[in-house]
Amino acid sequence: MSKPSKDQMLYMYRKMVEIRQFEEAAGTLYQSGQLPGFLHLYIGEEATAVGVCAHLHNDDYITSTHRGHGHLIAKGGRRDRMMAELFARTTGYCKGKGGSMHIADKETGILGANGVVGAGIPLAAGAGLSAKLRGTQQVAVSFFGDGATNQGVFHETLNLAAVWELPVVFVCENNRFGMGTPQREHQRVVDIAAVRAPAYDMPGITVDGNDVLKVYAAADEAVTRAREGGGPTLLNCDTYRFRGHHIGDPGTSYRDREEVQEQERQRDPIRRLTQVLIEEVGYNAR
Amino acid sequence: MGEDIGAYGGAYAVTRGFLDEFGPERIMDTPISESVIVGAGVGSALAGLRPIVELMTINFSLVAIDQIVNHAAKLRYMSDGQFSVPLVIRTVTGGGGQLAATHSQSFENWYASVPGLKVAVPATPYDALGLFRAAMKDDNPILFAEHSLLYGMRGEVPDEWYEIPFGQADIKRKGNDVTIVAYSRMTHVALQAAAMLEEKGRQAEVIDLRTLRPWDKETVLESVRKTNRVVVVEETWKTGGFSGEIASTIQEEAFDDLDGPVARVGGLDVPAPYNGTLEAAAIPNSERIIKALSDNYGI
Repeated sequence: MSKPSKDQMLYMYRKMVEIRQFEEAAGTLYQSGQLPGFLHLYIGEEATAVGVCAHLHNDDYITSTHRGHGHLIAKGGRRDRMMAELFARTTGYCKGKGGSMHIADKETGILGANGVVGAGIPLAAGAGLSAKLRGTQQVAVSFFGDGATNQGVFHETLNLAAVWELPVVFVCENNRFGMGTPQREHQRVVDIAAVRAPAYDMPGITVDGNDVLKVYAAADEAVTRAREGGGPTLLNCDTYRFRGHHIGDPGTSYRDREEVQEQERQRDPIRRLTQVLIEEVGYNAR
Repeated sequence: MGEDIGAYGGAYAVTRGFLDEFGPERIMDTPISESVIVGAGVGSALAGLRPIVELMTINFSLVAIDQIVNHAAKLRYMSDGQFSVPLVIRTVTGGGGQLAATHSQSFENWYASVPGLKVAVPATPYDALGLFRAAMKDDNPILFAEHSLLYGMRGEVPDEWYEIPFGQADIKRKGNDVTIVAYSRMTHVALQAAAMLEEKGRQAEVIDLRTLRPWDKETVLESVRKTNRVVVVEETWKTGGFSGEIASTIQEEAFDDLDGPVARVGGLDVPAPYNGTLEAAAIPNSERIIKALSDNYGI
């Protein structure tokens, strides 16, 4: 299992903290009425974005979701321009024309957050197709949730990517809920990669999405495979959303409060990496 | 990329020979998956290519409509121009071949409502070639709607290079007595009506819009100011048809030049029947154009 260096671990730690702080700040601003539209927070899921993007270069592509701030920051998006975009200002990435769900940054290969569930998946396949046709070593990563794996276009895209051996990594962030619907009620599948990857005859990996080291290792395998012309992988990261679907949803009408608290206590990806940094790497706790 | 464009040569034989001439890296057969055909087209356009994708018919474009309307059309705007989507979506439109309701529709008018898209509806080989060249150069997503019954049409195209810009209608027949605005196959029905009107001593000016988004408002208005009588003809259902947009614009901007209300002839508001007689009754013909002019303008 590939392991990050100390510096890489510190980098990933920093990135996860940046995401957490950004999301908490955005949440507070939204709740005080200063941000318009919708806000879908990534709190609790930081390890997936960070562990995957640790293997990506500036010219690799990602497509993201409505819950996209974590992917954007992990890929190299600037927090000031992202926050300005949330405020709909001209200093934002999209000059205020896109908002939270449509932030894009061409310079860092961010093909955009996306307001339609599943719709970023074929875009990533297209970007991968472009790389393949141009003969580069670029990779495209598509982030999406368990809910998106029931969209027709998910199936169309995985099928095409497998047939055409596209340099794409499909990263499912299974946070166990499609908005307010538990996974067991929206699909019979439990382990998304174990079942849906073989359906398209593509490799599948499932990892604990809240353990950035495990995500890092799995993503290494998948990104390397894509980069070396070995085709796509479906990487399923089991994670959990600490807040509601969006601000305004407390997240407890369809989830047990105890379950949420338990997840926060036991599976916080930042606390877990902190543990590793202190115990195994020798950093001092503050 | 598209379904059966390679070895099969295309469902309407449009891409016959392309695979041999351009090779499998440029002519790619896809699974039957319209959403990813368009979506991957969009994604590859975001990532530097200039793809041309085919949707076998516009009826099946509905499977991909999210990618067309929500993504192809909007990514340039939403990204503040960081990305453009230089994508041509070729598709086959129209009915009249007794293919029944799900295979006979014309949705160009729906797509023509969408900011961020361009829509071409050529009626002749000359126009199709000129517009297609312009489409390939355009950095915007374009729906290029080719009418299924016009593939057999022959026409002269010059050896020298030419292009036709979008938003430029073509006056296919000049006249002073009445304006007939049409597009796609209905252009030819309009010309038939013009021939019938000539026998009655009336000269019709037939305007072929050639593109619906953008559409050439000035040419239409100039003609109406001259003839004072206008009928708009299109194949899709009259309700919600693009003829409403055109008629509305004419009455807004040339109200005082009209001798009567703008006439509209469109497909009847029914699912396209399989039976040939029923189907023909549902599609505009020259008789209905003549009648509309008689009803509105007494000619």
